[in-house]
Amino acid sequence: MECSLLEPTLYTLKGLIIMDNDGNRILAKYFDSNIFPTSKEQKTFEKSLFTRTHRANSEIIMLDGLTCLYKSNVDLFFYVIGSSNDNELLLLTVLHCLYDSTSQILRKNVEKRNLMENLDVIMLAMDEICDEGIILEADPAQVCQRVALRSDDIPIGEQTVAQVIQSAKEQLRWSILK
Amino acid sequence: MNFRREKKEEEESLANPYASLEKTSVLQEARAFNESIINPRKCTLILSKILYLLNQGQTFGTTEATETFFAMTRLFQCKDSVLRRMVYLGIKELSQVSDDVIIVTSSLTKDMTGKDDMYRGGAIRALCTITDNSMLTTLERYLKQAIVDKLPMVSCAALVRAYHLSLGNSELVKRWVSEVQEAVLSENVMVQYHALGVLFQIRKADRLAVTKLVSKLTKSHLKSPFAVTLLIRIAAKLVDEEENPVDSPFFDFLEVCLRHKSEMVIFEAAHAIINLKKVTPREINPAVGVLQLFCSSPKASLRFAAVRTLSKIAIAHPTSVTNCNVDLENLITDTNRSIATFAITTLLKTGAESSIDRLMKQISTFVSEIPDEFKIVVVHAIKSLCLKFPRKHTTLMQFLSSLLRDEGGLDYKAAIADTIITIIEENPEAKELGLSYLCEFIEDCEHTSLAVRILHLVGKEGPKAKQPSKYIRYIYNRVILEQAPVRAAAVSALAQFGAQCPNLLPNILVLLMRSQMDSDDEVRDRATLYYQLLSSSDRSLSTQYILNSLQASVVALEKALGNYLQTPCELPFDIKSIPIGTGATDDVKTGNIHKPKVTEPKKVIQPEGSITEELTKIPQLNRISLGGLFKTCEKLQLTESETEYVVTCNKHIFQKHCVLQVSKTLIQLFFINAFCFLVTISIKS
Repeated sequence: MECSLLEPTLYTLKGLIIMDNDGNRILAKYFDSNIFPTSKEQKTFEKSLFTRTHRANSEIIMLDGLTCLYKSNVDLFFYVIGSSNDNELLLLTVLHCLYDSTSQILRKNVEKRNLMENLDVIMLAMDEICDEGIILEADPAQVCQRVALRSDDIPIGEQTVAQVIQSAKEQLRWSILK
Repeated sequence: MNFRREKKEEEESLANPYASLEKTSVLQEARAFNESIINPRKCTLILSKILYLLNQGQTFGTTEATETFFAMTRLFQCKDSVLRRMVYLGIKELSQVSDDVIIVTSSLTKDMTGKDDMYRGGAIRALCTITDNSMLTTLERYLKQAIVDKLPMVSCAALVRAYHLSLGNSELVKRWVSEVQEAVLSENVMVQYHALGVLFQIRKADRLAVTKLVSKLTKSHLKSPFAVTLLIRIAAKLVDEEENPVDSPFFDFLEVCLRHKSEMVIFEAAHAIINLKKVTPREINPAVGVLQLFCSSPKASLRFAAVRTLSKIAIAHPTSVTNCNVDLENLITDTNRSIATFAITTLLKTGAESSIDRLMKQISTFVSEIPDEFKIVVVHAIKSLCLKFPRKHTTLMQFLSSLLRDEGGLDYKAAIADTIITIIEENPEAKELGLSYLCEFIEDCEHTSLAVRILHLVGKEGPKAKQPSKYIRYIYNRVILEQAPVRAAAVSALAQFGAQCPNLLPNILVLLMRSQMDSDDEVRDRATLYYQLLSSSDRSLSTQYILNSLQASVVALEKALGNYLQTPCELPFDIKSIPIGTGATDDVKTGNIHKPKVTEPKKVIQPEGSITEELTKIPQLNRISLGGLFKTCEKLQLTESETEYVVTCNKHIFQKHCVLQVSKTLIQLFFINAFCFLVTISIKS
C-alpha cells in the first residue's frame, strides 16, 4: 500500500457488474483495459469476486488490489469496482445510484426475472451512470428520467394527462395498422 | 425427473429471452430492422439481445458487425425514444469492430442539434465515439454550445467527452476554456464536477494557473461534493510541493473540509492530509480524529475506509494512532473480515509493550476465522512486533506456536516458522524456547521443505544449547518416521551434534549405524559418511567435513559441474578447483532477516569463475602454472572513496602464489607511467 496523494482525475471507476446468484454475468462493463484486457481476465475476476462475496454479507471487500463494493437482493448481486487507492465513499455513491435506479426501473421488484424482462432499460441506465470510467450521474432519479421510460411503462397514476393521450393515440394507430 | 427438468427449462426460456442465445439466430432476427414499418418493441428486444451477446464476450467478425451496423442505421427512422437510445448504445459498441461507421454522422448530428432534448446527450456521446480527431474540428462549434447548454444532461455529455479528448488532443480542448469556466459555475453538481475536471486538465501544465484556479474556487463554496473532492486532490498536490505544509495557503482549506457535511468530502480531506509528504503529528491529529469517528459508523464502507487509512498512518506515525486503539479493538469483532484484519494489523503496529498480552488473547480467537492470506499479513505484523519488543518473546512465541498447531497452507506455516527463526536469531534468550517449539512442530509437519529447514537450524543451533541431548530425540524420530529428504536432513543434523558434543558421540554413532540400513540412497550415503568420519579419531576430519560443510562457492560449483558434465574428461571432478566462496546461500539468508536493521554497505565480491578467466588472459601469468584459485579476498581500497579516482586491490590466493590485482574504477581515466610499490614484511618466527 503506497502512501501517496490521489491523482486529480475524473477516472474513478474500473467496473460495474450485475450477476445472478449462480455467479453468472448478466451485465458487466469494464473501464480499465490494463487490468482487464480480455474477456478471460474479466471472467476469472468475476468468479473469484463471486466466491468471496455471495455468502459474506458485508458491503465492501478488497480483491486483487481492487476495492469492490457490493449489494445484493433476492437473486441479484450488484458490484462497483474501483482502484484500491480511491475514495471508497465515492464508489459507494455509485453503488447506491446503480442499485436505486435499477430498483426504480423495476418498480421495487429487484429480481432476476424482472431484470431480464427490462434488460434494455437497465443497459441504458448503466450507460447513463458511467461513461468509460467517469461517473456521469450519481442521482438515481436523474438516471431514471434520462433513461426515458416509455409512457406505458410508468403506471397511469404517475403520468401527465398529455402522456396518457399520447399513449392512447399510439395504441389506436397500432390497432388500425394491424 | 427428466420431464420436470425440461419443463423448467422451457419456463425459464419463456421468462428469460436471453438464456441460450445464439449469435447467428440473433443476427438473422436483425433483418427485422429493414422492414418498412418498424415495430419499436420488437427491435428494442433484438438490439438488446445483440448488446447482451457482445457484453457476454461474444465476438463479432468485421463483416457481421458492419452488416448489423448498417441495419441499425435504418432504425433512425423510428421516433421511439428507448429504441433511439439503444441505437446509440449499439453504435458505441459496434464502432470498435465494424467499418465505415461514419455514415451515421449526419443522423447523429441532426439529433445532437435537434429539438428533442432526450436525444441530445446520447447523440453527443455516440458521435464523439465514432469521430476521429481530424473530423472533430467540424463538430467543435456544436460541442462548445453543448457545454454551456441549459440541460445538465447535454452539458455533462459534452464535458465528459471533452475530458476524454483532453488526454489525447489537448490543443483542441484548450480552445473551449471559456465555455468550461462558465460551466464550473453551474448549479448542477455533476456539471460542476466534470467542468472542474476538464479545466484542470487544460491548465495542468501551468502551475501558476492552477494555483489561481484553486485559490478562486476555495473561496467560492462549490456546491457539488464531487467537485470539492476533486478540488481537494488538486489543492493537496499544491500543498505537497511546499517545504512545510502549513505554510501553504491551501492547507486551511483542507482542514476546513474535514468539517464538510458530505462524508465523502471529509474522508477525501483526511486522506489527503495524512498522505502529504512532510506532515507532522500536529497536522495529522485532526484527520485522525475524524477517522476515529468513522470507525464507529454503522456503514461498513466508512469503517473500512477509516481503518485502512489508519493502518497506513500507523506505519509512519504510530503515536498518532494510539488514541484510536479502543475503537480499533472494537473492530476486531467486526463481521467484515477485511475490516477486522486491518484493525488487528494496525493495533500490532501501534501496540505498547504492556498491551501485547491482551492483544494476543484477542487475536487468537480471531485468527482461526480469517483466510490464509490475511493470516500471513497478521504474522508479518507480529514479526515486526517481536523485533520491537524483544522482552515479550515468550508471549509472542507461545502464540506463534499455537498458530503452528492449527490448520494452514505451506506459505502460512513457512511465514510463522520464519518469524520464530527470526526471533531466535535476533534474541539469544529466546533460542531454547524457540527451538523447542519448532521441534514440536516438526513432529507433525506435512511440508517436507519446511521440516528440512527446521532440522538444519536445529543441527546448527542445538549443539550450542544448554541441553543438546533433548533435541536428539526429536531429530531421531524424524529419521524413523518421515520422508526421504527429511530423513537425510535429520541424519545431517545428528552428525552436527556428534561433531560438536563429544559426550554424545557414542549415542550418535549408534543412531547413525542404524540409519545405514535405510531404504533411501541419500540417507544411507550420508549416514555411512558421517559414521566413518565420527568414528575415526581424527578430529580435523570431522571439523572439515561436518562443521565447515561446503567450502566452495555454490555458484561457481554449479558452473564447474555443468562444464564438467558437458566436456568429456578422464579425471575425476576436483572440488578443490572451485574457489572458496563466502557462501552465497548464507548471504541470502542473512539478508532476508536483517532487513529491519540498517543495511550494511554491500561487500562486492566478484564471481570467482570470472577471475580465473581474466587471469588466464594475461600471458605473463599463464607462464607460471598457478593452479586452481584457492580464494579471492575482498577488494581493498587503496585510495579514499571521495577522491576522483578510486584504486582497489584484489588479492587472489593460489596454491603457491599470490596475485595482487590492482584496478581503478574510473573508466575514462588512463594512468600513464603508474608505478606499484609492494612492501613485504617478513615475520621472524
